[in-house]
Amino acid sequence: MWEYTEKVMDHYRNPRNVGKLDNPDAVGIAGSLACGDQLKIYLKIENGIVTDAKFQTFGCGSAVASSSILTEMIIGKSIEEVKKITNKDIADQLGGLPPEKMHCSVMGYEALEDALKNYAPEDMVDLDELRETEVREKIVCTCFNVTENQIWEAIKLNGLKTVEEVTNYTKAGGACGKCKVLIQDIIDTYYHKEREEKKNELTPTQKILKINSIIENQISAELRKDGGDITLVDIDGNRVMVKLRGKCSGCKNSHLTLKSFVETTLKEAVDPAIEVIEV
Amino acid sequence: MEKLIYLDNNATTCVDEKVIEEMLPFFKTEYANPSSMYEFAKPAGRALKEARVKIRDLFNAANEKEIIFTSCGSESANQAIRGVLNMNKNKRHIITTKVEHPAVLNLYQALEKQGYSVDYIGVNSNGELDLEQLASSINSDTALVSVMYANNETGVIYPIEKISEIIKTKNPNTKFFVDGVQAAGKIPIDVQQLGVDLMGISGHKFHAPKGVGALYINSKTVITPLIIGGHQERGLRAGTENVPFIVGMGKAAELAIDNLKYEMTEVKRLRDKLEANILKNVFNARLNTGVANRVPNTTNIGFEYIEGELILLHLSDLGICASSGSACTSGSLEPSHVLRAMGVPFTAIHGSIRFSLSKFTTESEIDYVTASLPAIVDKLTNLSPFQTELEALRNLKK
Repeated sequence: MWEYTEKVMDHYRNPRNVGKLDNPDAVGIAGSLACGDQLKIYLKIENGIVTDAKFQTFGCGSAVASSSILTEMIIGKSIEEVKKITNKDIADQLGGLPPEKMHCSVMGYEALEDALKNYAPEDMVDLDELRETEVREKIVCTCFNVTENQIWEAIKLNGLKTVEEVTNYTKAGGACGKCKVLIQDIIDTYYHKEREEKKNELTPTQKILKINSIIENQISAELRKDGGDITLVDIDGNRVMVKLRGKCSGCKNSHLTLKSFVETTLKEAVDPAIEVIEV
Repeated sequence: MEKLIYLDNNATTCVDEKVIEEMLPFFKTEYANPSSMYEFAKPAGRALKEARVKIRDLFNAANEKEIIFTSCGSESANQAIRGVLNMNKNKRHIITTKVEHPAVLNLYQALEKQGYSVDYIGVNSNGELDLEQLASSINSDTALVSVMYANNETGVIYPIEKISEIIKTKNPNTKFFVDGVQAAGKIPIDVQQLGVDLMGISGHKFHAPKGVGALYINSKTVITPLIIGGHQERGLRAGTENVPFIVGMGKAAELAIDNLKYEMTEVKRLRDKLEANILKNVFNARLNTGVANRVPNTTNIGFEYIEGELILLHLSDLGICASSGSACTSGSLEPSHVLRAMGVPFTAIHGSIRFSLSKFTTESEIDYVTASLPAIVDKLTNLSPFQTELEALRNLKK
């Protein structure tokens, strides 16, 4: 049994604003029958204000609660305010959702986004442009029809770090699991993990220059704060020979300084294979 | 919650008062280790023996030596399957079905990763097995065929005796394991007539407590133990016997045998009544199993264009407990593998509800559920974005 908040239970028991609007100014849709949940949202917009909203949802308790509270959140708000609503706002308004159910709040957000996209008076700018997101419409998860853009947005809005989290929020990867590698790639790209690769592509000269620059500008500066210092003696492949000076020289913790500070810094910045040796 | 109408007996059952009574002395006074040598240990040892005889009778096995006690249905299945495969290491082929319980299915998927080749036999839209596919899959490398006796989600009974004959004609050396968890207490079991080599059951599905199970291993079948240690269960299952729970399961088996006639007449009548009334009164209800032969207590009904978890939550508000094949209730994102294997349409699969009765289910409970459902379905269909489709269904029903 899911641990739903009182607010979630209240909203699936007594959903607000159920149904359709005659002559709506915007209609948005998210999800599908095959995927197990679908949400339709209808908006009435007058002078840039959402004056009425109704919804129809096929889905579980948290899907209905997310839709219901969303209509309450947007009625009476200006389009500009409504545009700022995220899935996290929906979940927060409900007092939180179980992690596995976060995709329900995402569905609410997507239906709203879809409605606003379809509502385009002349002065409206394209939403994607407004959010300054790149268009990544490529489908990543074919089971649930989740695009790269949707995954990117979910990572960005909710600070998702793992494939499992992405699945909880977007459903992507939740069925056959074949796209999990792709999702990991998207996460890595988002957090710029590709640096690792580039580090290995340094030429030997570039590598020496980089190590030298890091020792002079970062490491030496740190050690000088404690009255010590370091100089680079030689580099042989991944073996970096250094000499500790000042207070560091002869300090009984100097080995610790070398391994946990100097070596770690160089490993992270240049190459994980680096070994630092005191000469 | 004041009212409780428990229609989820395929998930677990309440422990029968008579079972609790039988167990109590083995917590309080007769707590000795049955392996001990003194007089004080004799009642525990004797009780263990009696329970084994009662479980033998539930299986209708030839000898009580063919029974070992385990901790649950999953252990029984793991013991049977791994035990057979370890004994026949040169054979790498297994046949099972697409509709097995996850306790078995996930084990086969794990074994596939270890290099076994596994054929998963499909079912038709009623949930009945494709026996021709099964027959043609058996070859000289087939170590094991594994088929459940009755399906936990749909209640469909599989033709174990027929499958047993097929195996014997195709490859008499192939072992046959039957997951009997959903059959015990619901239909008569006769392992001798069925011709199976191993069958597992779980106590809590027939009014014994959770945490105890049994495995039948016929005398011609040799397996390796899963749990190695002491001499208990003839060396096949080490660990001090859980005497009170085993005693409880023995009593539950005795009661189950006595209750079979009631189960197959009265429980069946109530199930049939519930099913017929729902199909009659609820316009978007469909029976997911068609004409298939089923255990007497189970019905699986799909409510089209509405979602299962939401139905369960509304039933729960009325004190009614049932379960769903919907993706949203399982923690995974996919709907029931059983209903998908049967090809239940997407319009109904997410709104499928299983009601499973027991000997404690009353007529007034069934009437209450039947009376409550139309209002819930009305409320939820009102929420659905598929109004046109629902209207078409409504007209069709008229």
